[in-house]
This record gives sequence, C-alpha cells and structure tokens, in this order.
Amino acid sequence: MGAVYKKEMRSYFTSPLAYSVLGIFYFFCGMFFTLIFSYGYTTPTLMFNQMFIIVLFIIPILTMRLLSEDKRQKTDQLLLTAPTRLSGVVMGKFFAAVTVFAMAMIMFLITQAVTSFFATVDWILFISNALGMLLLAGALIAIGLFISSLTESQLVAAVVGFAVSLLLYMMDSLAASLNINIITKLVSWISFYERYSSFTQGTLSYADIIFFGSVAAFFLFLTVRVLDKKRWA
Amino acid sequence: MIEVNNLVKKYGAHTALNNVSFKVNDGEILGFLGPNGAGKSTTMNIITGYLSATSGSVTVSGYDIFNDPLEVKRRIGFLPEQPPLYTDMTVKEYLNFIYEMKKVRLPREAHIKEICRLVKIDDVYKRLIKNLSKGYRQRVGIAQALVGNPEVLILDEPTVGLDPKQIIDIRTLIRHLGKTHTVILSSHILSEVQASCERVIVINRGEIIADDTPDNLAKNLSGDNSLTVRVMGPKDEIEQVISTIDGIMNFECLGMREGDSYEFKIETRPHMDIRRELSEKMMENSWSIILMKYNELSLEEIFLQLTDSRRPKIKQKKDTESNAAAVRAKAAQTVNSMLGNRGKLVDDPDEKKGRRGSKK
Repeated sequence: MGAVYKKEMRSYFTSPLAYSVLGIFYFFCGMFFTLIFSYGYTTPTLMFNQMFIIVLFIIPILTMRLLSEDKRQKTDQLLLTAPTRLSGVVMGKFFAAVTVFAMAMIMFLITQAVTSFFATVDWILFISNALGMLLLAGALIAIGLFISSLTESQLVAAVVGFAVSLLLYMMDSLAASLNINIITKLVSWISFYERYSSFTQGTLSYADIIFFGSVAAFFLFLTVRVLDKKRWA
Repeated sequence: MIEVNNLVKKYGAHTALNNVSFKVNDGEILGFLGPNGAGKSTTMNIITGYLSATSGSVTVSGYDIFNDPLEVKRRIGFLPEQPPLYTDMTVKEYLNFIYEMKKVRLPREAHIKEICRLVKIDDVYKRLIKNLSKGYRQRVGIAQALVGNPEVLILDEPTVGLDPKQIIDIRTLIRHLGKTHTVILSSHILSEVQASCERVIVINRGEIIADDTPDNLAKNLSGDNSLTVRVMGPKDEIEQVISTIDGIMNFECLGMREGDSYEFKIETRPHMDIRRELSEKMMENSWSIILMKYNELSLEEIFLQLTDSRRPKIKQKKDTESNAAAVRAKAAQTVNSMLGNRGKLVDDPDEKKGRRGSKK
C-alpha cells in the first residue's frame, strides 16, 4: 500500500492534475468565503453548503485516471503480478486521492483564520463541517475509483463520474417533485446532500458517519472485486 | 520448478489454451515458440497470476498460483509483452517503486545498481522513462523483472524492438541469468529461441505441438534435406549433371546470381548427404561451387509443417507423464508425416497400440 500511495502522490504532483484541482478548489472556496463574508456572515455552514457542488464535480477529476491509466498503459499487469494484495493497491490509490483532497481543505483553515480577526470562530462547528466534507469526499472518491476501474479511458471515467455527481446533486429536487411518499423517504435516506448538510449544521450523528463510511467501504470493495475479476473469470 | 497441468483458458466460445501441460525444471531456460495468438502470452499471464485459467493448475516451487498467489508472485519476475512502465517516472524512481512494491529485503541501493549494471541502463538511470528509446524501455522492463532476484523469470518476447546489438546483449544476459534462475521466454523467432534456450515448446492455437531441444527441433524439422547450391557454369549442363545424382527428390534453378553462376535448390531424401558427390561431379566438369548450404526452415515453414491439418492428432492423456509422452508422440508423428512416412525418423510410442481417435 505504501509504495502505491507514494507513487500516486508523486504522479499527482508531477502532472498538472493536483495543481488544477487545488487551484479550482481554492478559487471557489475563496470566492464563496468572500461573498458570504461580505454579507456579514461568519458561520462556516454557508460556505461549506456552497462547496458541496464543487466537491461533487472536482472529485471525478481527481479519481479519473487512478485505475484507468494503469489499464491503458498495461501497468495493471505489474500491480496484479506483484506480491502484494489488491486491497493494498486500491487503498494506496484511495488514500492518495484523499490526501490531495485534504490538502485542498487546508483553504478552509485560512478562511477561519481570517474570520478570527473579526469574530469568534466556532471551531466545533467548523470541525463538524470539515469532517462532513472529508467523509463526503471519501465516499465520492471511492465511487470515482470504482468507475475508474471499469474503463481504460480517463475521459469516460470522468464523464461517468460527472453523471453520477449530477444525479447525486439533483436527486433531492427530483424526489421532491415526484411527491411520492416512499420515494421521497428513500431518497432522503440515501441523499448525500441531506447527510452532508446535517454535518454543516453541526449535528454529528453516527448514522451519517457510518453512511459515508460504508459507501466508501462498499465501493472500495467493489473496486477490488473488479480488479480481481481477471483472476476468476 | 514450474508445473503446468491441463491448463484450459476459454474466452466465451473461443478456446485460447487447450489442455496445456508441461514442466520446467530448476535452472532450465525454456523457450515458448509460436505465432501471434498461439497462446504464449496467455500461458505466461496465467503462470504469473494475472489471468485465471478456466481449468487446470499451475504450481511454482510447490505453491499453487490460485491458492497461494502471493507465494508464487514472490518467486516470479515477469516482463509482460508490453513493459509495464510508468512513463512519468525516472528509471531510478521506477525501480525504487518496484523495489517497494515487491517488498524486497535486499540492500536497496546496491541491488538496484547491480541490476542496472546487468541490463546496461546505468547511463539513463536519472532520465524520465517517457524520453527513453524502445530498446532502453525494454531493458528497464527486464530490470523491473529482476528486482528482488526472483527464482523464476518469465519474459514475454524480451527482445522485441531492440536493435541487433542489443538483441545479442539481451541473449547473453538471458543465458547468464539462466545459470542461476529458471527462465521461460517466449518468441516467434526461431533463431532467438535457438540462441538462448535449452528446451523449446512450440505452441499453436492453444496446443503444444512440440517439446524438444532447439537443436533436435531444427534438425528434425528443418534443413537436412534441402540444399542451396550456387555453381559457376552453364545452367543446362549443370542441371543435367545434378539430375544424375542419386538421392535427389527434386531440384529447381532459382536463377542467375553474381553474373556467371546459377543457384539451385535441391531437395534430397531425408538423411542423404549428397554434398560430396555433388562437389565431385561439379569438379569433374571444372565448374566451381561458390556456395553450398543447408536451408534452414523459417518458423513459418516449421509451423506449416507442424500444424498441417491433415496430420492425425493424438488425444492428450490426463496425467503429466503420459502427457509428455503424448506430446513426444505427436511431435514424432508430425515429423514422420512430414517425411511422408518414408523411413521413420523418430519412434512413435503409440504406433504399436494403434492410433487413438483422430480429430479433424
């Protein structure tokens, strides 16, 4: 796992990928913060709420080449014939993406530092927000990694990733417009936005933490199965 | 020791490997010879645990690839058909990555340096792989397989894309490695296999059609009944004289060469050496022979001969021992049928028992 993690981190930062992701993230984060701050709000909740859509659309870029590139360049042959477990390979890639995302989240610390000059910062609320975003990102990265394992093309991986993100984004409003009780209930249960917004309100519930954690675990498991499929089918 | 038993690989309705069995002893250099799509890479991919088999088993040093994949993978260095290189890394970074990936315990610095020296990539050690030529990339691929000093090396077409000097270097390297490693290499070039291997398995359409030493294979299949002769002298008269030599099955004139001589292709009966008689007869007429050589069959021709569909096939038996016998018998039959059953070259162990059902 360590070798793959190090390799992925290297490859994020020797290509423009990580820099563009970080750049885009910093830009929107800064913009939302400035706008919200200029209206006189100091709570991080609003900013984190706005960032939801940015996270949805930035993560497919972060994950698109993780496994598809290995398939295309045939380096998966190396990973699959090395004396390591596949789960280690997948986890190495997963944590590399999570690390890059965590680096993006450093920006929030800066916004809070700025805020602290003008108002008292509610650090507990901030930590709840940040934790929520990290869990959301973890789940999305696992989904993106899974999509990346299915194709040889980064582009396809990114497009499918965006489609999934779009679906997750629109799910709530679609369900609301359908107005069928059972569907609304079901959707609100799997809705990423609802789960995430309860973090932004400062409500830490086990259910939400376990929800994102198990989505991530489930898709990581599926990814390992996809890679392992060659050995069985 | 590698044991492959009754390996079958099916892709849907297409059978890529059909009951392939063989053994490779420690320290042996085995060549896998076959045309594209014969199943060489598939077999290698299964041995290394990259692909699964539909049925059959592979064991390396007693460990089964399906039950103990990690133990097997630890013992194998694999160079796939396309070297698995991360082109955005330098050679140094790449080999260090492989070192960590394989969890090697040897002293890192010295081990990697040693490998670089062996495959002659020290001069590009700090360069990006994407800027290297095909030959260098191939050698980085071989270096990758050597990391961790595994007992078994599996090299899929190791000399593809190299220039002649590099090919010679790699062959020398493989022979050198063969002293301390078990090596399986694949190729579709006969001379390549001849140059580096002690044993050759010829594979076509997923089936082993011959398993022998390269010399025997070359001797039995190619060459000793076909001669090329270039004689300085008048064409018609030479032809007349040649036709009087006993043991010649047929001959043809291939045309004028070097201005004043003619080239002939002469086919003799198997194991008839007509060279002496031929040269004496030419001398009598004071025509000079300026070239005479046995024709080596190209791989294509060998394949045509080995895979002649009219040839009866023997069904392979279940266990390895008799399987090997079946393969030998198969090869023998092939050779014999090739010789048109005039004089048996190789004993056919199944001849006495009568032929078991023939396919096709």
